[in-house]
Amino acid sequence: MSLIAGHLEPYLVLSGLLFSIGAFGFLARRNAISMLMSVELMLNAVNLAAIAFGAFVPELAGEGASFALLVIAVAAAEATVGLAIVIAIYRNRKTPLVDEYDTMRQ
Amino acid sequence: MPLPPTIPFIGLTWADALFLLLGGVVLGAATLVVLGRDIIRNGLFLILSFGALAGIYVILGAAIVAGAQVLVYIGAISVLILFAIMLTQSKAAPAQLTFQTQALPAALAALLLGALFAIALGSTPWGATVFADTPAAGGTSGVAATLFGPWLLAFEAASALILAAVIGGIYLAAKVADREEEGE
Repeated sequence: MSLIAGHLEPYLVLSGLLFSIGAFGFLARRNAISMLMSVELMLNAVNLAAIAFGAFVPELAGEGASFALLVIAVAAAEATVGLAIVIAIYRNRKTPLVDEYDTMRQ
Repeated sequence: MPLPPTIPFIGLTWADALFLLLGGVVLGAATLVVLGRDIIRNGLFLILSFGALAGIYVILGAAIVAGAQVLVYIGAISVLILFAIMLTQSKAAPAQLTFQTQALPAALAALLLGALFAIALGSTPWGATVFADTPAAGGTSGVAATLFGPWLLAFEAASALILAAVIGGIYLAAKVADREEEGE
């Protein structure tokens, strides 16, 4: 019997750590694309938690993986629109740094 | 020759060793994504993190999700991100500051979030959660029975969402002059 991989908690701990790393990146990075990459990390953390619950809780056997697949589809849509917005803003402002997008503050 | 149940000299089972290795790669690569200065390397470490996570999905018996992870995240989203990096980086940008002025509060907030997760995980009774080493509960066919049965509406909504996202992405990323010509 495996001590680590056979329990639910290690997967949830890994998922929580990954989500925290992504949250830090989203709050701290200046580059808009870095922020989008951090969002992808957080979505992956949620996916890991969903799949872990699906693998360990018998009532959720198929639903964890189905949920993860839908999250992957939504993440693809989010990345498409998000990166298109970044490219459109870059065309106007010539910078990818979010703290220089301050037109509406002035 | 069958493998021994535990790795010799270490005493870990193979699943444990794989989980520790892949989990370490996921966390290390994610940390480098967040902390690294060179944004192209951030994107490449993001791919490494996605790949190791696909390995963890395989340990959990979700092979179909691992395949979708490799196809969609590594094959599509990461390539999209790398292209967007190449389109938006000027030569002067990487030499400047990587982090916002709020980086220290952000680190505190992330640590607080991690501590909250730890408290919530430690104080929740998860009940009798059993994990069969070989996924006996249907595996991929169980996923299909859920996705194309009670979740069919969500599946169709996801397809409509992706169509809308593709059209929106083309519209947003097209040059403004092209867009105006189209409108006239």
